[in-house]
Amino acid sequence: MRLAHNLFAGAAIAAAAAMAVSVPAQAKVEGDTIILGAAVSKTGKYATNGKHTINGYNLAVELINAKGGVKVGGKSYKLKIVYYDDESTPARGAQLAERLISQDGVKYLLGPYSSGLTKAIAPVTEKHKIPMVEANGASRSLFTQGYKYLFAVLSTSEQYLASAITLLAERAQAMGKKPGDMKIALAFENDPFSQDVRAGVLEDAKKYGMKIVIDDKLPPELNDMTATLRKVKVVKPDLLVVSGHSKGAALAIRQLAAAKVNVPMLAMTHCDSAQVIKKYNKAAEYTLCASQWAPSLTYKDAVFGSASDFAATFEKKFGYAPPYQSAESAAAVLVFADAFQRAGAFDVAKVRDALSATDMQTFYGNVKFDPTGKNIAKPMVLFQVQDGQYKVVAPTKWASSKIRHPTPPWSRRK
Amino acid sequence: MIDNLILLLENPVAFVDLAINGVLIGAIFVLVAYGMALVWGVMNIINICQGEFVILGGFVAFYFSKWGINPMLGVAAAFVLLLIVGWILYRLVIFRIVDRDLFTSILATFGISILLSQTMNEIFSADVEIARHGLGTWSLFDGRITLEQIKLAAFALAMVIGLALVIYMKNSRAGQAIRATAQNARAARIMGIDTNAVYARTYALNAAICGAAGALVAMIFTIQAYGGLAFTVRGFLVVIVAGLGNLPGVIIAGLSLGAAEQVASFVFGLEYQLAFVFGMLVLIVIYRQIRLGFRRQYLR
Repeated sequence: MRLAHNLFAGAAIAAAAAMAVSVPAQAKVEGDTIILGAAVSKTGKYATNGKHTINGYNLAVELINAKGGVKVGGKSYKLKIVYYDDESTPARGAQLAERLISQDGVKYLLGPYSSGLTKAIAPVTEKHKIPMVEANGASRSLFTQGYKYLFAVLSTSEQYLASAITLLAERAQAMGKKPGDMKIALAFENDPFSQDVRAGVLEDAKKYGMKIVIDDKLPPELNDMTATLRKVKVVKPDLLVVSGHSKGAALAIRQLAAAKVNVPMLAMTHCDSAQVIKKYNKAAEYTLCASQWAPSLTYKDAVFGSASDFAATFEKKFGYAPPYQSAESAAAVLVFADAFQRAGAFDVAKVRDALSATDMQTFYGNVKFDPTGKNIAKPMVLFQVQDGQYKVVAPTKWASSKIRHPTPPWSRRK
Repeated sequence: MIDNLILLLENPVAFVDLAINGVLIGAIFVLVAYGMALVWGVMNIINICQGEFVILGGFVAFYFSKWGINPMLGVAAAFVLLLIVGWILYRLVIFRIVDRDLFTSILATFGISILLSQTMNEIFSADVEIARHGLGTWSLFDGRITLEQIKLAAFALAMVIGLALVIYMKNSRAGQAIRATAQNARAARIMGIDTNAVYARTYALNAAICGAAGALVAMIFTIQAYGGLAFTVRGFLVVIVAGLGNLPGVIIAGLSLGAAEQVASFVFGLEYQLAFVFGMLVLIVIYRQIRLGFRRQYLR
């Protein structure tokens, strides 16, 4: 114990001495390499998604370096990332961020995986005035704290199903009806994420003057939606929106089919994690599912090419199709590289200002930050289950398939 | 809330639809409650891990449907598997708490419930699963009343299981031994009944009944490793209402709970579904307490 204590003290002194010597005046640039830091989960409950995140980061670094690196002030620099494993625990994440900044002298951070970890790390980067570009924290509460150094490339949770409302408005007009006449039924679980999603839907519905006819909250121990779906049967809304994690998605499709409740449009979150296509085959058809990104989108950039090019490169390198977590992570690195080039210097304040002025297109989508640091240029994607596959149907401008609407009644479905 | 009530009054057919569906679902609560009442009455144990038995039975049906076997057979398989699980649990833990006070038994079975749900989470993962049954739905009145064949089948099956239990308890020697032990364990021992074996049989039987109910749950709703508590609570409410050793009472209370729960969650909103059950429980216990206070035969 005593020995361990002494060793620890010794290490601390050594680290302090090293810091005193090598505290970088401006930024962490070694020779011709720009060092980025990240604490990402390699172990613990987020290990799988942490791996997707790291793969995304690494692929972007590799491609940028292969294409000549980042040009800052007329000189080419390579990118390198220093990783630590946060073990999927927020406290560890905060600790490691502190270590990256004050011990390793890293001046630019990439985000961890999940909203929880991002929430733990953001106060640290904020305190040290170190810019962080994150790709995997969607919680709305991250952007209500007045953070100046946090930038998120992904769509935040209140945007998850807002595109369904826009889609409904478009469809109403296409059928010669007024968007304001549309009736919406909501069934959202009573947890922070789902209520964020609900807030976004309400805001957009209000914009079009749509009427909310059902607004049910789903309990956490949810195992029976019969009552809500019977209400849907009576009230006949034009759109039913469900968000209750995997259980809500699985239950809604099963019970809609079993009770033959007809809704012209059904939108939900977590279809993919609930594996609704595998579970229900035909009964899952026509369902709209929210997603951050899809390989069939028509966005493109100079490093990866199109979204499908990214998917192909990624699959060749890692042997599996990229989930959206990898795509958004790669996009975060692109945003950083772009900011360095526009800043033309490694002054942290200048890089931060360049980041906040970002306005670019990546294979993952457009990126433009609002003053709170969230990306307001990229809409969420809506898939529709068509013939047993997820097809992108919204936003209409970037969609590869046409929406099948309205959903025929159950008596005419096979 | 009031608009929901008006909506229901304006659509009496929807009310009937809800009530019928609720009664059909109630059959599952009857099974869980009957097992609970059995263990409670015979062994004086309140079994908190009823719900976990249900979910475990559900996973049997899930695997049957995954392997392409008709999950209806899973009901029987779940019954047999849970019979074994229940027997093992008795031999490991439950026999130690039979003669202890109620608090010890609640604590012990609560522990088992945590252990079972965590183990299921490890083995089956936390994913939400279903068993596919391939049965259809009958529509009446232009689809305004829908009868799911699976719910009807579950109802019939639950009734058959219930009936078989009554016959078993009334007529078989083993059933008679269970009833004798329930009435007076000491006297039963003197008369040559191996009460320990009776307890093991009772506990295993309860687990098996829950398992069969769980297979039905997997075919009607969804199952998830941590989803057991809701069934324990409902079973408990039904037993409290009906009292111990009162099968007709359990059936009526279970079916009514099913219907009442549906109507209540229509009116108050789905988030109050389980809260409604808890609320009923509190009201009934208070009512009982007040009535007990007026009874003359209790001397204070």
